[in-house]
Formats: sequence, structure tokens, C-alpha cells
Amino acid sequence: MSKISNGGTNRRSVLIGGLAGAAAVAMPAILRAQDKSLKVGVYGGYFKDSFDKHIFPEFTKATGIGVEAVAEPTGEAWLVQLQQAAKAGQAPADVSMMSQVAMLKGQATDLWAPLDMSKLPNTSNLVERFINKYPDGRVAGIGAVSWYITLVSNTKIFPEAPASWAVLWDPANKDKLGLLALVSNSFLLEVTAKTYFGGTKALDTEEGILKALAKLAELKPNVRLWYRDEAQFEQALKSGEIPMGQYYHDVTGLAAADGHPVRSTFPKEGGILDSGCWAVSSASKKTAEAHEFINYMSQPAIQALMSRKVGTSPTVKRELTDLTDAEFGAVSSAIDPIVPRYDLYQSKSDWLNQKWTELIVG
Amino acid sequence: MKREPPRRLADYAPLLFPAAMLTGFFVVPFGIMVAVSFFRRHQGGFYTPDFVLANYERFLTPFFANVLGFSLLLSAMAAAACVLLGLPFTYLLTRLPRRPQILWLVALLSILSLSEVIIGFAWSTIFSRTAGITNLLVALGLMREPMALLPGFGALLTAMIYQALPYTILVLYPAFARLDPTLVEAARTLGASPIRAFLNVVVPALRNTIFATLIMAFVFALGCYLLPQMLGRPQHWTLSVLITDQAIYQSNMPFAAAMAVFLVLVSLGLIGLTLLVGAKEEGR
Repeated sequence: MSKISNGGTNRRSVLIGGLAGAAAVAMPAILRAQDKSLKVGVYGGYFKDSFDKHIFPEFTKATGIGVEAVAEPTGEAWLVQLQQAAKAGQAPADVSMMSQVAMLKGQATDLWAPLDMSKLPNTSNLVERFINKYPDGRVAGIGAVSWYITLVSNTKIFPEAPASWAVLWDPANKDKLGLLALVSNSFLLEVTAKTYFGGTKALDTEEGILKALAKLAELKPNVRLWYRDEAQFEQALKSGEIPMGQYYHDVTGLAAADGHPVRSTFPKEGGILDSGCWAVSSASKKTAEAHEFINYMSQPAIQALMSRKVGTSPTVKRELTDLTDAEFGAVSSAIDPIVPRYDLYQSKSDWLNQKWTELIVG
Repeated sequence: MKREPPRRLADYAPLLFPAAMLTGFFVVPFGIMVAVSFFRRHQGGFYTPDFVLANYERFLTPFFANVLGFSLLLSAMAAAACVLLGLPFTYLLTRLPRRPQILWLVALLSILSLSEVIIGFAWSTIFSRTAGITNLLVALGLMREPMALLPGFGALLTAMIYQALPYTILVLYPAFARLDPTLVEAARTLGASPIRAFLNVVVPALRNTIFATLIMAFVFALGCYLLPQMLGRPQHWTLSVLITDQAIYQSNMPFAAAMAVFLVLVSLGLIGLTLLVGAKEEGR
């Protein structure tokens, strides 16, 4: 993990560096011209700090377009804000990084401005599945980064790294887990299906989903916190208050590099692979700048930079980047990942949500 | 001061401002919410104006009845505890010399500046195993090893009382401050103990204020949606938590609105009932 951030920096110095860097870069950009700027939404916290420090300044240097980074909350919450704002003709951010579930929900309401692929030549570097399309073929979003949700643990409380998602069900871990509270961002149904029912195909039928939910109900006594807000769990994980759970591989790596006693493990069933797209709000008037931004971000060199500095996994083909095996291994894994069943969160979203809430609350 | 009944239109003028505020900040937003609660939800999308009852249908199940019942019970308990604690506290506070009184009031007001998030994080630290009060008890030799006091009903209720208590005291304070001290003196002269004088003279004299405070604390507690997530287990999540989930995470505004309308109606109904009972007793 030490590849991600040079050892010895603590969180504060990263923050100060980030602020200073952002200020130094943003100032001249604002002075240059009003229309040569872009509001970009990325997840708040470590994630946004790293973008502000390492990625956006490079973009401004290369294109002269200033970036105003907007800290966005969890994908679905940000989606609702963007939808409400777009109805009023406003765009709180021109370009946003959206998780897949939020991306697809936005597509259902035509929220994303269609992208002109002729202005995005670099997207030919991308792995095909990272290009999101409307059913009629218009392009809705371009893969920004991909990330893993893995099994995380506090190294002081658990000297041995856990090996399988099955530890979540282990009665020895009573009251020790922090898990994501929503069916559509925890992907625990998929984890259950892969761990106990031979794969996510088991979720094809409502019967199969109910079976997975019943299995999930067994781990409830182990859960101390169902979190909606990442900060809630991150703090507790670092202190050892809640020593195990599911969390993002990238930010756990950044926290470990800052010296916190945490680790991220790819279980033998695989980490959960999710990805973020760059998507442009239909209310945005900065279409040209947005295309320039997305095109810039799709370069293999920038994708490699993000892997090294932010800890995300690239969306361009790996062989195009100059990432070493060790560097790629730090942000990814050779173990076959658990790929979320995004289709379910579209076609059965309300039914799933209701069953899930009844499972947790009941 | 004798109050003249209003005769001309202009006499009603002072009512205009509050009426406009009430319309602008309550009637209109609530009206919009009622309207949205009948809109048609598009799964995986947003909503379109319509008139459907599906959102209310989904709510009318034993599951949501349980959640609603728990929310009302929790808020009622928090309100009752606040008033029980606030009554003797405020009474004793008004009997202090002026300076300490002001200090206490400033301290209480400063609690009001804390948001629900900060209160939640503070209590989750206080109740934690790694940094919480049980470490203090261990240091004092009263406990073998530190333990987590959360998540649980007790932790949640404590934080809710902490949050609502300053409001309770600030509402009770003016009434206690205006209370004629000779009432208690008379009771004492007639041989009542201080506690007896407080319970038999002070409390009945301020019955209406206490009722109003109870209702205010109840409504205030009902709006809590972060503390249950941070300090409670899922079975302690209130209806407000589920409303937030629907509105913020599921983009299901119609369903969220339907639940919110239901919550408002039920609490208005309960408050009306309380007032009715109060009025009857008054009339006796």
C-alpha cells in the first residue's frame, strides 16, 4: 500500500498540501476567464483531497480550465440532489463521478447529457464495459475509475487477516461489524450469493433473493453498525471500536498509508467491484469543457496517476498503462471479483428495498 | 389592561404577519408535500404528477405500524423524561441569585448551537468502548474492563433527552420566573414540606405550561433522524429515519411524502387529543 502515498505524510499534511495546491491552481484559473472553469463532483473526504492535490492541478495545467471540486455524498443522495436541481435548471456540478446504481437511475430519467464520442478520442483506451449507454445507443457516461469494496479489519484487534466473507457470519464476531445500510450500495446480497449459493446467478429469481436474504438475516447479531455515512464507520474502524466490516479498498489503503492500524483484504470469493462514471448533468452549460475534462481523464497516464495517488483501479485497458505488477496489485486483485447485479436495482428496486428494510429493522 | 374586541378591518392587521409566515412556511410546504404524496412513483426513476393511493397503501402494513408506534413511544418517553428532569431543575434555577442563573441559561443556550450530528458523535464517543466513560470506571476500579454502551435504546434515549432538555427548560423558565413566590411561602407556613409544596402548589399552578412543554418536547423528539442511526440498533430506527432513506437514497419522494404526511397527522391528532383532555379538566 505504501505505493499509494509516500510514507511519512500524515493526514494533516496531506490536507494542508491539498488546500495549498488547490488554492494555487484555482486562483489564476478564476482570473483567466469565467467560462474556462468546470465544477466537478467527486466523493468527499480522502478521495476528493487526493483529486484536489494530484489530479485536478494537472488537468488545469494542461488545458487552462480551472476545476472547482464539489464534495458529493454517497451516489444515491447526490443523484437526488442533481435531479431536483436539474428540474430547476441548475447544475450543482457540471461533471459528477457517479456509481453504477446512481448512473442507471439517472439514465432512467434522462438526467445525463448525451456525450459526443467524436470529442472523446481517448475513450478508445477504455475497457468496453466502462462506457455507459442509453438503451437507444446515446452515451450517458464514461468510466472514470473503478473501485473495490473489500473486507476490512483493524490490525490490532485482528492480527490475522480474514480470508473469506464467511467471517461476517462467524458467531465469534458478535457485535463487531460495520456494514453498509442500503441494499443498493452494500451489495451484500451478491456477497451472500457468491459465498453460499454458488454465484450471483442465484439472485435471478425472487425465490433466490429471498433465500439470500434469509441467509443474511443470520449475520444480524454480528452487526454493530449499519452505516449510511462513510465517516461514521471509518473512524470506528481506525480506533478499533468496530474492528471489522466492509469498506472501500482505496480509502482504507490511504488510511493505512497514514499509519492507521487498518487493512483491506480481498476475500477468496473476491472483492466487490463497482465503478464510477463521469456523467454530465443535462442542466450544465459547460458541455465543451466537460468533454475536454472527460477526454483528459481517459488517458492511460492519468489513469495510472489516479491508481498511484488515489488508489483506484483503472478503467482503461491495463496493458496501456505503465503500472507495475506491484502497483496494479495494490489497487486490484487477480481474484475473480463479485460484480453487482445492477439490473436488480433497476427492475426490482422498491421490492428489494422493502424486503431489505424489513430484514434489517424487523 | 383591557382588551377591546376588534371592530374594523385594520384591527386585524397585527394578524397579517403571523398569518403570512404560517402560510409561507407551513401551509404551502405542507400542501406541496400532501400533493407529492399522491404522485406516481417511477421505479428506478423519479415521479410524475398524478393521483394514486399506492404510496399510502404501501405504508399501511404491520411493519410500518410497528415503526410508527415505536417512534411515538420513543418521543413520548423522551418528552416525559425531559419534563420530569426539567421541572425541578427550572424551579431550583429560578430560586438562584441572578448571576448564576444567567450563567446556567447561557450554558443551556450554547447546547442549542450543537447540531444533531455533533451531539450524535459526542455521545457515541462517550459510550464507546475505546474512549468512553467505562474507561473512567475501570480506572476507578469500579469495572473490570471497558465496554461499549451502544448501540442500544438507553444510549439513544439519553442523547435525545440531552438534545431536547435545553428547549424544555427554556420554555418552562419564564413561567417559573413569573410564579408568585408567596404561593410557596404560604404552603410552607401551613406546614407543607418543600417537596409537597412543589408538587401540590407549584406543579398544579403551572399545569398548562407543563402540558405545552410536554407537547413541544414530543414534537421536537419526533423529528430526530440521525441519533437513532448513530446510537440505536436498526429496530430503534424511527419513522423519520425511514423517511430520510426513501427521500435521500431511494429518490422515492411520493412514498417519503406519504409517510411524512401520516406522521404529521398522527402527531397533530395526538396533540389535539391531549389538548382536549386538558380542556376538559380545566372545565371541571
